[in-house]
Amino acid sequence: MLVYLLRRLGQSLFVVVAMAVLVFIGVYAIGNPIDIMISADSDQAEMEAAIARLGLDKPMWEQFFIFVKNALQGDLGRSFVYSSDALGLILSKLPATLELAFLALLFAVFIGVPLGMIAGLRPHSVVGKSIMAGSILGFSLPNFWQGMMLILLFAVIFKVLPSGGRGDTVEVFGIAWSFLTLDGLSHMLLPAINLALFKTSLVIRLARAGTREAALQDYVKFARAKGLSPTRIVLVHIAKNIMIPVVTILGLELGSMIAFAVVTESVFAWPGMGKLLIDSIQLLDRPVVVAYLMLTVFMFIIINFAVDMLYCLLDPRVRLSQVRA
Amino acid sequence: MTDTLKATETRATHLRPGWRTTPAARFAAEFAESPLAVAALLLTLTLALLALFANFITPQNPYDLAQLDIMEGMQPPGSTSFDGAMTYHLGTDEQGRDMLSAIVFGLRMSLGVGAMSTVIALSIGMSIGVLAAYFGGRVDAVIMRVVDLQLSFPAILVALILLAVLGKGVDKVIFALIIVQWAYYARTVRGTALVERRKEYIEAASCLALSHRRIVLRHLLPNCLPPLIVVATVQIANAIALEATLSFLGVGVPITEPSLGLLIANGYDYMLSGKYWISFFPGVALLITIVAINLVGDQLRDVMNPRLKR
Repeated sequence: MLVYLLRRLGQSLFVVVAMAVLVFIGVYAIGNPIDIMISADSDQAEMEAAIARLGLDKPMWEQFFIFVKNALQGDLGRSFVYSSDALGLILSKLPATLELAFLALLFAVFIGVPLGMIAGLRPHSVVGKSIMAGSILGFSLPNFWQGMMLILLFAVIFKVLPSGGRGDTVEVFGIAWSFLTLDGLSHMLLPAINLALFKTSLVIRLARAGTREAALQDYVKFARAKGLSPTRIVLVHIAKNIMIPVVTILGLELGSMIAFAVVTESVFAWPGMGKLLIDSIQLLDRPVVVAYLMLTVFMFIIINFAVDMLYCLLDPRVRLSQVRA
Repeated sequence: MTDTLKATETRATHLRPGWRTTPAARFAAEFAESPLAVAALLLTLTLALLALFANFITPQNPYDLAQLDIMEGMQPPGSTSFDGAMTYHLGTDEQGRDMLSAIVFGLRMSLGVGAMSTVIALSIGMSIGVLAAYFGGRVDAVIMRVVDLQLSFPAILVALILLAVLGKGVDKVIFALIIVQWAYYARTVRGTALVERRKEYIEAASCLALSHRRIVLRHLLPNCLPPLIVVATVQIANAIALEATLSFLGVGVPITEPSLGLLIANGYDYMLSGKYWISFFPGVALLITIVAINLVGDQLRDVMNPRLKR
């Protein structure tokens, strides 16, 4: 276990270093760093000060160490538009994205698992088939268009929910949260449904496959022979066993949820990290784009590492094959 | 096992003798067992033909500014032009462009970008994957590390960042889509090739002292194709959806050559004032395209999956 953990940790570090080199090459060696790191409308004196601060007059390898040193200290440049620390700016938008992603995750589990189980228990019934057809539709619907149609339906035609923004927020520990106010929740509902739809379809498929498999297992037969009520068998024996793949897959998908939040946040003008990224790309606020890139790389490596460790703990076969390899 | 045998016999008896003799005929017959998939295939082919002959079938060329009249802008679906010459079945956009024509042209861009990027990514991924499996060892380990790394990041994020650096343009979108797709093919083909490589016919070929090149191209590769075709079909749909998303976010195709995604994005501002048709109909076209391709892919998977062979 320890060998595997160390090996895996080494790989993760290698990826971080590799990505840092790639970003460095992209920004400093191929692109003109003066264009990227310094705003075009700064005057000559500002420009020279920035060149000296960034060490652009030094040789390439020395510049790389400065870049790494700054990055390690959390300095990934300053935003042109907001004239503040780029990393801090992104982190200040993180709570908005996280609360959206978690609400969407809850929707995906609490809608997807029951529907998937129904479809799995009655695979040939009309209900089961409709649920599966719905999940194919959920996979095929382009995320952004589906979001726009939600706005059209609920905000424009029925006028029951707001079309965008975060609504009222409450400050807890100095961070503004929307999910604690009724108005905030009503603003979150449509974006969360939008973000959840794809994952819900995925969970439906996983839960259906798991249920179909579990229903044939000996422990289900035994529970039935013991005279347990069908409700108890479904809710306790089957539900517990299908949750393992669902939870692992959703853990893996949390990262892609944050990535897809880019689309949802753009459609619903939700002021999170993704919206910031799109705005920064359009406003050519490159330090923010670079900082976002480094931050997501880091985040994904942590998520992947955690998931691998989890697998390793849950499934000894993975552990053994990896140590031998 | 006996059940499967019996099922095969009953299936075979109701067919005419001589039918299902060639692999292609057998394949077609199995594919046709799902009427839905056949309908989806026909729909996909129709859409492809529409896209191919967009110039000849649309009532107007939506990008010839001489044919547009700004006075005809924002007409709802079903309204006729002032001179009464044509009906705007799906309405017009803010520049007086017939949405139906714009959608057919947008479909051409979407399908073109999707198909082109898939074909190139398929060739690259397939070559890399087969080489990794055939030679194994260190080559394989390094290639698969890169593939794992690539697949651990969501495609949309990689494409978004690439396009943020490269800028707009059809060629750049295709490039970004190739970068995010090749790893799927490399992984798929490697998995199959690893199994195929251990089979007797490859051993026989190496005993005959055939060249590596001949073994890989003539023996190994053709036997790795079925799963690859399934992945490629589904990936075309994914590529189309991804391109639409990127264009919607404003980093995809340029405004002069809009795809379905960009048409939808153009209608975003008007949707809040109830002018739904500019976004709605391109979205429906996009949805139909993706669903049709996915249904074809689903059926291909069932037909080609040896574990489901009846």
